[in-house]
Amino acid sequence: MMVRRIGVCLMSLLAVPFTAATAFALQQPAAQDGFVPVTGVPASEQVPAAPLVVGAYAFFLLLMMFYLWTIWRRIGKVEADMHALERRQGAGGSHAG
Amino acid sequence: MRKLFIPAVVVAAAMFAWAPIGIARVEYESTMLLVQKIFYFHFATWMAVTASVTVCGIASAIYLFRGTPAADHYAVASAELTTIFCLFGMFSGSLWGRKAWGVWWQWDARLTMAFLLELVFFGYLLVRKYGGPGAEKLAAAMGIFGAATAPFIYKSVDWWRTIHPQTTVMKTLGDKFPAAWNLVWFCSGAFLLLFVITLAARVRLEQLRAQLDRAYLAAEE
Amino acid sequence: MFLKIAVLVLKKDLAIEAKSREILYTTVFFAISCLLIFSVAFVKEGVPAEDAASGILWIALAFSGTIALGRTFERERYGETLRALLMAPASRPAIYVGKLLGMILSMLSTQVVLLPLVAFLFRAPLFARPLLLAALLGLGTLGFASVGTLFAAMLVRTRSRDALLPILLYPITVPVIIAGVRGTSALVQAPPDEAIATLWIGLLTGFDVVFVTLALWTFEPLMTE
Repeated sequence: MMVRRIGVCLMSLLAVPFTAATAFALQQPAAQDGFVPVTGVPASEQVPAAPLVVGAYAFFLLLMMFYLWTIWRRIGKVEADMHALERRQGAGGSHAG
Repeated sequence: MRKLFIPAVVVAAAMFAWAPIGIARVEYESTMLLVQKIFYFHFATWMAVTASVTVCGIASAIYLFRGTPAADHYAVASAELTTIFCLFGMFSGSLWGRKAWGVWWQWDARLTMAFLLELVFFGYLLVRKYGGPGAEKLAAAMGIFGAATAPFIYKSVDWWRTIHPQTTVMKTLGDKFPAAWNLVWFCSGAFLLLFVITLAARVRLEQLRAQLDRAYLAAEE
Repeated sequence: MFLKIAVLVLKKDLAIEAKSREILYTTVFFAISCLLIFSVAFVKEGVPAEDAASGILWIALAFSGTIALGRTFERERYGETLRALLMAPASRPAIYVGKLLGMILSMLSTQVVLLPLVAFLFRAPLFARPLLLAALLGLGTLGFASVGTLFAAMLVRTRSRDALLPILLYPITVPVIIAGVRGTSALVQAPPDEAIATLWIGLLTGFDVVFVTLALWTFEPLMTE
């Protein structure tokens, strides 16, 4: 059983370099090589991009705040349910304690 | 561990407060100018997605084979976080692409695979919700397969010729553009810290739910 | 022993299918009706769009494959035979392989009918390089069926299984379908681009190894309650 599992794992590990090799053998040159810094921006370029950049970061902020709010709300609901259950236990007087 | 939560939140808040300043200050990139600045959060969010998918895959495997409830909590928490960070990754990439490529969306390998990743983990959440009893195990299988597909997303851009920046961009960044290199790793650090914090919060929710279920069961006796 | 059990499970499925041929006929005719619907989208003024054939072929295969998966396991659920199979003192991966082989045969029989039809209806020279095409189809079928059999089996007791199977299956198997479509497109070109097709066959092999390994690994814990 163990031997078979190891064999299966080895087979799958072999698959990765095999597929990578076939892919790399036929690779085309890169579309873009790297980022290069520059100072000073021609004015025509700046305006159209700003709303996109601001929009991206604003979306992130809103998304994270929304998600954290949903977690907070769900925790609140669970805690409310727990308090309700405790109250019912206390009022009913449970035998199990 | 719980004691570290508040300090972690403070550190993360400080990092995210500084990040926009750093991003505004760093020099423009030569071909894409202002819109390239989306890169700092775009790359960072994909770091968070990678961490999230890895946690989900490992936790799902542990849950499927050992049945540890804690593993299930981490699996569902990281699956939710994957959908959130992946959504932001696609959104930011789309806005960047609108300016850099002229189109809102492009069906190249990496974008397609990212979309798939989002669908896979959304399917994870759907199966947990609508799968009925025992759905946690089925979702765990989905988590394992989703995590297995994730490396293909990273490598896909190298294997298929596309207009998406290749993974070699990051390797040359240290030499050509050190300010950007430092900033992108700072932002990645901020995102990973944010991932850890939100994971902890979400796992806490799952633990509370499990506690409530146990309380209900005890009350029935 | 492993192979014996797998072949026994396969023979059981084939014996049941041979009597009614329900899955065979319904799957094949569903695939053909897919072709009709696609023709509405991809045929302009009586001429099929160039290169549409490969996409249409693989999508029809994926959809009909999902139908076949659903029907096969619905049959098991109805007769409660899956539970009986799992109670037998047989290795679970062997049962999985038996069901997988049945699924592959089912999908291959659909392809036998579908290939000439697609080539005929959409004017695609699909048979220019038959061996490469067979490799693509075989590996693609294996990849799709391996994940499909696992997911269909694990969803058999779930409430919304009919809706959940496609939702879970398609995102995972889209890499296989992409590889199949791009490989087939390369073969349909004039002249056929064998290098690209071979590249995609290589990638498909990689996907298949990963998926089959994962499926064999997770089948047992998923089927246990």
